[in-house]
Amino acid sequence: MVPTLSPPRILPSGDSAITVEFSRNIDDAANQRVLALDRALASEPVAGVTETVPTYRSLLVHYDPVQIEFDTLGEKLTALAQRPVPPETKARRWRIPVVYGGEHGIDLEDVAKTLKTTPDEIVARHVAGDYRVAMIGFTPGWSYLSGLEKFLHMPRRQNPRLLTPAGTVSIGGVQAGVQCLAGPSGWHLLGRTAVRTYQLHRDPIFLLEPGDHVKFCAVDAKTFAEQDRAAEAGEIIAEQIAL
Amino acid sequence: MSKLVISSIGPASSVQDGGRHGAQRYGLMPSGAMDRLALAAANCLVGNPIFAAAIEIGPFGAAFTAREGVVRLALAGAPRSADITGRAVVFDTSMTLADGETLTLGFARGGSFSYLAIEGSIEGEPMFGSLAVNARAGLGSPYPRPLQAGDELQTKPASGAAERRIDLPAATAGPIRVLMGPQDDEFGDAAKQLFLDNEWKISATSDRMGYRLEGPVIKHLHGHNIVSDGTVDGSIQVPGNGAPIVLMPDRGTSGGYPKIATLISADLGRFAQIPAATGFHFKAVPMAEAQAEARKYWKTLRALPNRLRAIESFDLNIEALQDANVAGSAVSAVDAVTWQIASGADVLTPD
Repeated sequence: MVPTLSPPRILPSGDSAITVEFSRNIDDAANQRVLALDRALASEPVAGVTETVPTYRSLLVHYDPVQIEFDTLGEKLTALAQRPVPPETKARRWRIPVVYGGEHGIDLEDVAKTLKTTPDEIVARHVAGDYRVAMIGFTPGWSYLSGLEKFLHMPRRQNPRLLTPAGTVSIGGVQAGVQCLAGPSGWHLLGRTAVRTYQLHRDPIFLLEPGDHVKFCAVDAKTFAEQDRAAEAGEIIAEQIAL
Repeated sequence: MSKLVISSIGPASSVQDGGRHGAQRYGLMPSGAMDRLALAAANCLVGNPIFAAAIEIGPFGAAFTAREGVVRLALAGAPRSADITGRAVVFDTSMTLADGETLTLGFARGGSFSYLAIEGSIEGEPMFGSLAVNARAGLGSPYPRPLQAGDELQTKPASGAAERRIDLPAATAGPIRVLMGPQDDEFGDAAKQLFLDNEWKISATSDRMGYRLEGPVIKHLHGHNIVSDGTVDGSIQVPGNGAPIVLMPDRGTSGGYPKIATLISADLGRFAQIPAATGFHFKAVPMAEAQAEARKYWKTLRALPNRLRAIESFDLNIEALQDANVAGSAVSAVDAVTWQIASGADVLTPD
């Protein structure tokens, strides 16, 4: 008999979506199950399911109540979610260049001070991390990464900034992030990347998928400026590297 | 090619359609019309697909002029005074603007959003299958922003088809129906009861991302931070200040506040039309009822063409015409000063 995992909670999000909740916390094992259920629904589509949205700890499954009822879909999702998590086979790994500190990462000095170390060590630790895209949300391409080492865990800012630059690479709580568009954020800004995780008229429009792996590398301001021009012209800039 | 020129328009007015779906997993909010039934009715009147792109007009007045040809239009949604160069026209009918004529609309009454559909729809470049404006994501076509005076919408010349009216189903009255959850267990029984018993009002600091509710503070059991999870149109999240926010089509795709309840999909449009400062109640319903209502709603949408009627001159609703004629003095409870873009960190920061 194939061992099965504990059942997730099946929570209604209105009459046309189900939240399949694996954990209430940021939990890597739960996120693996979220992504596994997402892959299962992609490879074995359930009629009536219209869209799925992975998050850290739950999968939001949008469906058409004309085609399938809550109870029926809930049972199917419960069964699919209890299958053992298959090993990741198609995960991609990206290297994303970042210009750290100065005008590009205005919180780097303060983060170093708070953690009683030097900006260089913060950069070295951030670059050493092996991250996974746990979810993409908030605004187009805003990629939430798991895998931030404990040393870099820091509460978010008391006062969120109303505007942070496009391409900001930041940390907040136990998470790391890459944002695409300029916008508000309460996270600590370490640097910027020229990589557009979302760019219209480029193929692909969205670069990262939930489940992708990400590593960062440091570049200087001149390289960033060159990469930024190339990215504006539609280049992907991020390098895909072997797992 | 005919075009419709925006002669004047207030804030919160933009090109909207059925929205762009399928990319919420990349953080792309769906957008689309606030009141889909009204959008569908307007489109139906001019023979467009029900979710074709049309103009969503916010609570204030607006004026549109036909140029370089004749343009056929239809109005539905929140009623307001309407005239074509002094000749009153009514809602839920089609109408034709001769080259150079202007359709002038007053303030919305008893609602917030009206829909102006154009025969042949609006020329533009769809992104993810939609022209819907989402200003935050820089999406939307022909303008990736709310409409402004001077904007021009390209469309097809009017076909010359006979004008029609549509008999819409009587508006559902009564409380706005919700399903409790997905995080109703983050609230105690007293807080949930207060949420359901209290009369709420929609704050004037509401927009297409979310409607903020004014009423008592809804207290959380375990604090206001949860680990972000996915949102839907109609998610009712309760941030730290205890003032619920109902998420609307320009919402973020994920949010980090507990969601006490979710609007049923059949009531989303009706809720979107509640004017600021007008009292309303929520009512919790079981899943079976919510899903039956959802199926009924879609059936109504699909069957809208069966509700079209020919207009004969004596068939005009005189009462509605008189109503439209005197309505110029009536204004929405929302006023131009307080209707603003919500900018608080409670809906606007990544969690």
